[in-house]
Amino acid sequence: MNIIVCLKQVPDTETQIKIGSDRQSIVTDDIKWVMNPYDEYGVEEALRLKEKHGGEVTVVGLGPKRVTESIRTALAMGADKGILISDGALDGSDSLAHAKAIAAAIKDLQYDLIFTGQRGVDDDLGIVGATLAEALNIPQLSLIVKVEVAEDGKSVKVQRPIEGETLVITSTLPALITAQKGLNEPRYASLPGIMKAKKKPLAEKSLADLGLNSADFGAGARKMKILELTPPPAREAGKIVPGETPQEKAAQLAKLLHDEAKVL
Amino acid sequence: MGDKRIFAGGEFLITDAAPEEVFTPEDFTDEHKMILETAKGFIEKEIQPIVDKLEEKDHDLVLSLLAKAGELGLLGTDVPEEYGGLGLDKVSTTLVAEAMGTAASFGVVYGAHTGIGSLPIVYFGNEAQKAKYLPKLASGEWCGAYCLTEPGAGTDALNAKTKAVLSEDGKYYILNGEKMFITNAGWASSFIVYAKVNGQEFTGFIVEKDFPGVSTGKEEKKMGMHGSSTRPVILEDAQVPVENVLYEVGKGHKIAFNILNIGRWKLGASAVGGCKGCVTEAVKYANGRIQFKVPISSFGMIKTKLANMAVKTYMSDSMMYRLAGMFDNKLETLDAEAKKSGAENAKTIEEYAAECSITKVYGSETLDYCVDEYVQILGGYGFCAEYPAERYYRDSRINRIWEGTNEINRMLVPGTMMRRALEGRLNLLPAAQAIAGELMTYSPLSVQLPDTPLALQEHMVKMSKKIALMVAGVAAQKFGPNLAKEQEVLAKIAEIIIEIFAMESGLLRTLKIISKNGEEKAKYQIEAVKVYVDEMVPQIELWAKQIVAYVEEGDMLRTQFAGIKKLARYQPIDAIRLKQSIAARIIELEAYPF
Ligand SMILES: Cc1cc2nc3c(=O)[nH]c(=O)nc-3n(C[C@H](O)[C@H](O)[C@H](O)COP(=O)(O)OP(=O)(O)OC[C@H]3O[C@@H](n4cnc5c(N)ncnc54)[C@H](O)[C@@H]3O)c2cc1C
Repeated sequence: MNIIVCLKQVPDTETQIKIGSDRQSIVTDDIKWVMNPYDEYGVEEALRLKEKHGGEVTVVGLGPKRVTESIRTALAMGADKGILISDGALDGSDSLAHAKAIAAAIKDLQYDLIFTGQRGVDDDLGIVGATLAEALNIPQLSLIVKVEVAEDGKSVKVQRPIEGETLVITSTLPALITAQKGLNEPRYASLPGIMKAKKKPLAEKSLADLGLNSADFGAGARKMKILELTPPPAREAGKIVPGETPQEKAAQLAKLLHDEAKVL
Repeated sequence: MGDKRIFAGGEFLITDAAPEEVFTPEDFTDEHKMILETAKGFIEKEIQPIVDKLEEKDHDLVLSLLAKAGELGLLGTDVPEEYGGLGLDKVSTTLVAEAMGTAASFGVVYGAHTGIGSLPIVYFGNEAQKAKYLPKLASGEWCGAYCLTEPGAGTDALNAKTKAVLSEDGKYYILNGEKMFITNAGWASSFIVYAKVNGQEFTGFIVEKDFPGVSTGKEEKKMGMHGSSTRPVILEDAQVPVENVLYEVGKGHKIAFNILNIGRWKLGASAVGGCKGCVTEAVKYANGRIQFKVPISSFGMIKTKLANMAVKTYMSDSMMYRLAGMFDNKLETLDAEAKKSGAENAKTIEEYAAECSITKVYGSETLDYCVDEYVQILGGYGFCAEYPAERYYRDSRINRIWEGTNEINRMLVPGTMMRRALEGRLNLLPAAQAIAGELMTYSPLSVQLPDTPLALQEHMVKMSKKIALMVAGVAAQKFGPNLAKEQEVLAKIAEIIIEIFAMESGLLRTLKIISKNGEEKAKYQIEAVKVYVDEMVPQIELWAKQIVAYVEEGDMLRTQFAGIKKLARYQPIDAIRLKQSIAARIIELEAYPF
């Protein structure tokens, strides 16, 4: 059972995000970069399937050199090989272009399953999984919280929560699964794992290595354009409801809800 | 790594290291960073959610957490690979220790287990002992403890009454005595016990919980670290097989003192983790707490507190990793044979005994400073157990007492350095003698400082070293061998030396950041060094003058005062504004800023 996990590096969810002066990007100084949490579920699930069915787990990342840190983390968790797609021409590309580059990197690999996170927690677009499945012409199973591969390794049964119910789907392999929270509890990289990861293969590929044309990538080739980033509105100061007794306060509150907030 | 510059222990007082010669947290490798993430992740997920439950001292829970830590490799950083560990560098060990500083009393369980509970065997065990005990300790299957202290032998540890006598058949040592305050006693499977063979020869033994005659007494009711176990260990005709003598009969003190060195620096590292936690927690609270219609973090006095906590923590952090790097560089120079020898490893670490005491004192006192201000920033809520500040405050206090009290560690700083000088290992004397001559011609007014970011601070650190050497020389000359009895003088000399190591470590780290990333990226670190040096120079001047006022009189005293004044000449900077800037950064990030 050979599995590919795609991973993205995103700002740590605790990072305070600042919008850049161009109002279209964020300030990346001081940012702590981590593996996208949804991708972590993918790595964990791939490792569990490997432990059960054997085979190899390959991690594919895309972006600047720093992304190797996240790939190494996945290797330290137990993945076998890493591929980093890194090329200056990728700067400013949109998710469609990213999926295209990733598809080129994995189309010639042997795989039964591909995992991506259901979305990146940075721009929350959730496009790469679907686009990649389309490019590779394989089924896409999205927002999955449970994965069971058949004994013969030819099909997979997955679960997806919908409005309090569970949808159970089976699919032939190879297939692409986008991981949703609840799929598993990712392990930490153990210290022995971290030391072993140092020696695991990690290949770096440029667009040319993948037989792609730089002109199809970068800001100029975007199909989707970001018009503007704005911060969420600042929270307004709270209000203390006046009144001596609980009765008085309740009456005041009702009045405020009616007159000011206009919700009653 | 082989060509790194190796400094002698205590040499920092007479040699100025270059920034590129010190290890700093900015030099962490990817592996180091991942190790820190794993350790932090373990604590966030496994420990922090149950800190209250930990205080119940649930035997099974503690052992299961230890086993989980073992599975992740967190217990094996110092244990060689062939015995189930990882044999990592000291920077990695320091990182795990730092992370454990936020693990409440589990940090103590961990610290005693991996440190004093396991290292005596790592460094002084023979093949059979290592093969038998280390895999169990590294995996967390067994918990380790260390029994040095006795009711009548605390700081004076060698005054042990516990006695070992060889059995008639020559197969066992029969141990009798009582050990006091033993961490992990309630759940440990193995104990390193010191006893005097025939009441004479101080010796280490590996004692298993189930050996006949071994038992533990009642749990102590403590001020803090409630989740750790602290009990007497009672030895009543305890039968310890002769093959469980650790190292050699009569060489127990060698084990005890070497293990303490390591314990001291790891305690310092752990304290740094606690300090960073305090800054982050305190600023989060200060940003959320509204009084007079504004967050209390907007008040100048709260800002000063936040800045002070962070600045001291930065110095402490810089010291710990500088020292870890010094260990690693020196350990690298051992040949393959020596690398395998535990005793050689311990000897290498012993080189930096003075630095170990320095990091212990500075680390524990910085943590106490931070927990105190953390409580203060929370006001009444800081005093109540619902907020973690109250526990932090109680838990911190023990660190100034164990691993050698801070008093005894203060004595050890000048004590060790002066002994090395007498042994010819450290050239203090010529350096001290040179100063008298230098003073005749030195004029602070004619000093031309280069136009580099921290030139003034570099200069003042150099001058502080001269002050230290000068007053130590004056005191040594006056008291000769009796200086050892002049504790008040030695304590002030220690104070000066400790602050020099702190200032210089922060300074070198910052200069290294500047040379790597430029001045702009080092803005807050530069400010930190400036405010710290600004506070320390007048302080050092005062300590030095107090020393000579005690030692000299009349014209000699006036000459010495003039000399100190000249060396310490310094014009205060606008530290208030710099602290405002550091505080603003902390408030913006809502976290420790460096
Ligand atoms: C919670 C806890 C856990 C512990 N865990 C362990 C453990 O696992 N294993 C173990 O062996 N020990 C352990 N200890 C013991 C600890 O190391 C000792 O308490 C410590 O060494 C001090 O000894 P003492 O308490 O007898 O104090 P004392 O030695 O009586 O000291 C009392 C005071 O006198 C000062 N003093 C003593 N001698 C001098 C001197 N020469 N010059 C100046 N001042 C001096 C001290 O600094 C201190 O302020 C633990 C203690 C506690 C409280």
